[in-house]
Amino acid sequence: MFEAIAFYFFSVILIASAVMVIAARNPVHSVLFLILSFFNAAGLFVLLGAEFLAMILIVVYVGAVAVLFLFVVMMLDIDFAELKRGSLQYLPFGVLIGLILVAELVMAGSVWVLKPAVAAAKALATPTGLTNTEALGRILYTDYVYYFQIAGLVLLVAMIGAIVLTLRSRPGVRRQVISVQNARTAAMAVDMHDLKPGEGA
Amino acid sequence: MALVPFLQNHGLPYGWAWFISQSVFITVICLVLMLSVAAVILADRKIWAAVQMRRGPNVVGPFGLLQTIADAMKFLFKEVIIPAGANKVIFFLAPLVSVMVAFIAWAVIPFNKGWVIADINVGVLYLFAVSSLGVYGTVMAGWASNSKYAFLSALRAAAQMVSYEVSIGFVMITVLLFAGSLNISHIVQAQQSSGVFALLHWNIFSILFPMLVIFFVSSLAETQRPPFDLLEAESELVAGFFVEYSSGPFLLFFLAEYMNVIMLCGLMSILFLGGWLSPINIWPLNIPVLGIFWFLLKLAFLFFMMAMVKAMVPRYRYDQLMRLGWKVFLPTSLLWVVLTAGWVLFVRPHL
Repeated sequence: MFEAIAFYFFSVILIASAVMVIAARNPVHSVLFLILSFFNAAGLFVLLGAEFLAMILIVVYVGAVAVLFLFVVMMLDIDFAELKRGSLQYLPFGVLIGLILVAELVMAGSVWVLKPAVAAAKALATPTGLTNTEALGRILYTDYVYYFQIAGLVLLVAMIGAIVLTLRSRPGVRRQVISVQNARTAAMAVDMHDLKPGEGA
Repeated sequence: MALVPFLQNHGLPYGWAWFISQSVFITVICLVLMLSVAAVILADRKIWAAVQMRRGPNVVGPFGLLQTIADAMKFLFKEVIIPAGANKVIFFLAPLVSVMVAFIAWAVIPFNKGWVIADINVGVLYLFAVSSLGVYGTVMAGWASNSKYAFLSALRAAAQMVSYEVSIGFVMITVLLFAGSLNISHIVQAQQSSGVFALLHWNIFSILFPMLVIFFVSSLAETQRPPFDLLEAESELVAGFFVEYSSGPFLLFFLAEYMNVIMLCGLMSILFLGGWLSPINIWPLNIPVLGIFWFLLKLAFLFFMMAMVKAMVPRYRYDQLMRLGWKVFLPTSLLWVVLTAGWVLFVRPHL
């Protein structure tokens, strides 16, 4: 019974906060609701016994991605009238994407109903005597090692792309050279002069 | 916990016995934590004063022992001021988020063998996740205050804490590679050894020692302790993200900051100094109940080091901070992950 209560608690808050992400007028509130929905999704993962995925969801999405979201969104110059005027313009696209998602969900669900063999295979037996993390690691670094490497390469390419797009070399910019700063001694920085009283330097 | 069988003997079903025992344990830990924060703040100020040849707080109570309590009462009885133009809900949510995140981290910290609220399989990941949430309280406070200084501080906080989390994460990976588990109790037990020189089996005396240094400095940055306290740099930002806060909410930020400091000291003592293990594993020193004493001793020692850093090291410039995080700590810890993996796989005798 407690599991059912916890499940509905997390699900209701997840759906409500996901709705609020698109319904909130203030973009910062939207991001905060997004974080709340990540948390509840992590709670659902824990209920499923996938504690590793739950923690990774929080570390990656809440701890890193959403912080950068918030970082950018906080700096926006928010004009509510402008935001509301533009929103209707994108309504057809939103509806289209929503319809595609619904169609895909229906297709996936109907496969389970029409072919019970697929439904039986969807939940493979969990390996006994292994924690979540070990079980994932044993599959990820053996059977799926090429996919893992390809995912890493894609990320590397994305990172290089982001750097190439934003890197520009400006002439005449003075930069900090830390090794030079650290190598500076008192003899290089201080110049001693003997001054007679009553005269300037 | 020992309370569960006791309650079951008195006719409670297991579920309720577990619930009551956990509630009692959580309440005790929260109360002890808040009291220890009061002690730690006093210790911090006393150490700071001693380095500068001052006396520090010495008026309220014997040796100034009640100074923190007096400060807390002062904050509680002050007026709560809400700045005009502040986003009220987030303004009050921010200190609550900070203090809640600081409290929930303690759920997986073992004080002694078996003295832990939740002994979960992904304990280290949980701590990493929770410590990465600390930034939200700061960022929300900075934005909701509707003040330029607070906002600049929030931007600094976001960049600083995300940068240093990366190296903290890699340091944790080296330790869990070494121990072969993400469970915090297992990590401590992997450092156990017998005999007079039991402490030589702790992670600090292995190839992980450089990681302790990196973790120590990163945790200074993560908790915004000097020399990385650029969020509240008083010469530039007045007081940083909590410049608009007064009274109770300010007190909550203060509480959260010091609880994070103690939490990271505790985590360091677990990951590198063997947690509750006695340094000399012979009879009178290794009786199980002394575990909490060893744990607190190690925690206090690490906090002393942090307080000395605060007293002695001048504040970093922001570009130096970023350079240290991304160009020194990140490559070093990444290299050490590879080295440790190689060590565990090829050099260390298989257990």
